[in-house]
Formats: sequence, C-alpha cells, structure tokens
Amino acid sequence: MSDASTIPISPDDSPSMVLELIYQLKIKDVMTGALITAKRGDSLRHIQGIMRDNYITGLPIAENLRLLGIVSIDDIVTALDKGYIDESAEMHMTRNVIVLEDDMPLSFAISYLNKFRFGRFPVLNKNRELVGIITSKDVIKALLVEMNREVLKLEETQRMNHAAPANDGATELEFSTTRYDFEAAGHASTEIKKALKGLELDPKLVRRIAVACYELEINQVVHSYGGTIRCSIRGDTVTIVAADSGPGIPNLDLALQEGWSTANEWIRSLGFGAGMGLTNTKRVSDEFFIESEVGTGTTVRSVIRIGEAAS
Amino acid sequence: MTIREAAEALGCEILQNEFEDSDLQGGYTSDLLSDVMANAKSGAALITIQAHKNTVAVATLAALPAIVVCNSRPVPDDMLASAKDEGIAVLRTAESQYVVSGKLYALLPAGAA
Repeated sequence: MSDASTIPISPDDSPSMVLELIYQLKIKDVMTGALITAKRGDSLRHIQGIMRDNYITGLPIAENLRLLGIVSIDDIVTALDKGYIDESAEMHMTRNVIVLEDDMPLSFAISYLNKFRFGRFPVLNKNRELVGIITSKDVIKALLVEMNREVLKLEETQRMNHAAPANDGATELEFSTTRYDFEAAGHASTEIKKALKGLELDPKLVRRIAVACYELEINQVVHSYGGTIRCSIRGDTVTIVAADSGPGIPNLDLALQEGWSTANEWIRSLGFGAGMGLTNTKRVSDEFFIESEVGTGTTVRSVIRIGEAAS
Repeated sequence: MTIREAAEALGCEILQNEFEDSDLQGGYTSDLLSDVMANAKSGAALITIQAHKNTVAVATLAALPAIVVCNSRPVPDDMLASAKDEGIAVLRTAESQYVVSGKLYALLPAGAA
C-alpha cells in the first residue's frame, strides 16, 4: 500500500518557500472543522451508512468533544468479512488513536501522514477536545491554494522587476537590499547579469557592469540601513542607481580613496570592507556620480556605455 | 588542464560536483572579494579561504568556474547549494593558499595567469 496518503514533501529538505508554508500554516488552518462523529453505542452498520452518505473513510467516536476512538473503512470491511457489522463501535473501534494538536504547524501533519499508515488524524485542542480531522486531501488542498498564492506573488514581483515600457525597448530592474543580509547580497548583481545575457555584449562590458552592481550592492549591505539597486538598460547605456536611506557618508573624498574603509572586523573577516568598492565602481564606469548627506542617505549613479548592442 | 584534472593533481576533495569540466585559464588567489571582482581573469580558479555564499556570487559575476577552499575551512551547505545552481565547482584542500597557488601555477601551461 505505497501510499495514496503519502505527501511528497519533505519537512527538512524542500524549497524554502514550501518550508515556510508548512511551518507557518497551522493544522487548524487546514483541518476539516465541521466534524462528523458517531457515538460509542452506534452499530458499525450505522457508521458505514454515515461514511457512505458523506463520502468519508474514517469516523471518530466521541462523547461531548472527548475522543474515544476511531472507526475506519478497513474496520468496516473486516466487520463485514467476519460478520460482526451489527455490533457496536465501542467493541471494535481503534482506541489507541494517534492525534495531532490544532496549534502544531502543518509540517507535523505531513510527517505523521508519511510515517504512519493512517489516512486521517483527529485533531485536538489544548484542552484535549476534539475539534477536527485532517486527511492528506486537506493537506494537499491547502498547499495547492497557498502555493498558487505564492506563485501569483512571485509573478507580480517579476513583472515589477522586469517592467519594461514596450515603446522604447528599455529594461528596468529594481532590487532592494537589507543591512547585513549577506545571504541575499549578490542577488541583484546576479539577476542583472542574467538580464544582460540576451544582449550578447562583450564579456568585458558585462564584467564592468557586474563589478559596478556588485560593489554598490555590497556597499549598501555593509554600510547602509538598506536601499535599492535600480538598473536600466536603455539604448546604448546601462545606468545603475544605488540609493540608500542612510546613514550617509561624512567625507566623500575619504570614501573615494582606495583602501579607506569603515568596515568592522567581522565584515572584513567575510572578505568585504577592503575599501575598494567605490573606487572599483568608479574605475569601471563611463560616468560616475555620488551624492551623500549624513542623516539622509547616499545615491550613486554609474553609467556604462554598451555601444549599439542594446538598441 | 580541466577542473577535474586540477582537482586530482592538487589532491582536492570535490564538494560541489555538478559543473562543466572546462579548461582552467589560470588562478587568482585572494580573500578580498572586491579584489577578486576587480582583478581576477575570467576562467580562472579562485584560491581562497572565503567559504560562503558570496564567494559563489563573486565567482559567478567574475566568470570563475572553480573555487578552491584552502586550509580545510568549513564550507556551509548554502554555499554548496548556490554553487550547484550556478554550476561552479567547489574544491577543498588542507593546504594553504600559498601552496595551492604554487602547485597550480606549475601545473598550468605557461602564459596562464
């Protein structure tokens, strides 16, 4: 019985978006709350009728929100086979029921469904009251709905990142950076480099643009409170504008001196903060412009001409 | 000499194995990522002790197909994951940047830089 109820998602090793979903969603968001239950004195035949009428394959046996046991379709089949279908649920139900709690993340339900052979788990709240039931169908449905929503969001951001006015063939990309988020640093540059791929530029030009993007991006991550990197490819020029929201550079002449750096030891140990960022950017730019005000922020504009390739 | 041939000759373990086994055009030894961005020649192996995701970003941007992590520095999983995404080889050795650079310099044809 390999396995209709298995959910092909690993709670340890899945794309981060999926992991986020299964840890953020609670079991109570996903379970079926409108519960159908039976009483302990009901006959198995009666329970079979309830299953048939409601298209379900397992029924909790409960008394005043207290879970006593569960009868599954397998129990019904066995009862028919062995001839005790008219006996009470109490005599044949599974009493040792594995349950989930409504506050647990969805990942627990996935682990349980994959680990045990049961197709459903009753859900209890903190007071041990029966509040719902969860099946692999509930899980899959909820995940599909949430993933659809995420994909929609991704498509939106992509549209915004690649919003290109159709008339002049320009491409505009925009990325935001976060202070000390070295995880994401380099993302803007890598994406911009990918966007340039289609233009079949001289690799030397691509390298110059990549240097400017990367240095400006890292500068924001290391030194600013966060900002944006905008890249526009228009006609024969690539313009990169890096604007942050502070703290601003007190002495621009110093900041433009190669080797001058205010980076701390930790940042240097990561291979940054060599005091080469702005000079590297200036060196690869055809036009370089920097403006900074303490308390307001810094804006750097780097223009690199790419000949006729993009027109 | 290809990346795999160089890995074997240098006695490196290959931590990220999904890459195009291109000919190495040279090597560049540095732990300063800005310096690598500014000066490494494309097609070279990056010899460094900087083992994190940003090393991969720099290698990608500077078109460096292989990273040699020296001194047996620990290599985080997220670095290997992004190297896999970008198809960049990640090698590791117990030797220092000095020793690896010397050996690789001797292995590659004259004129490689």
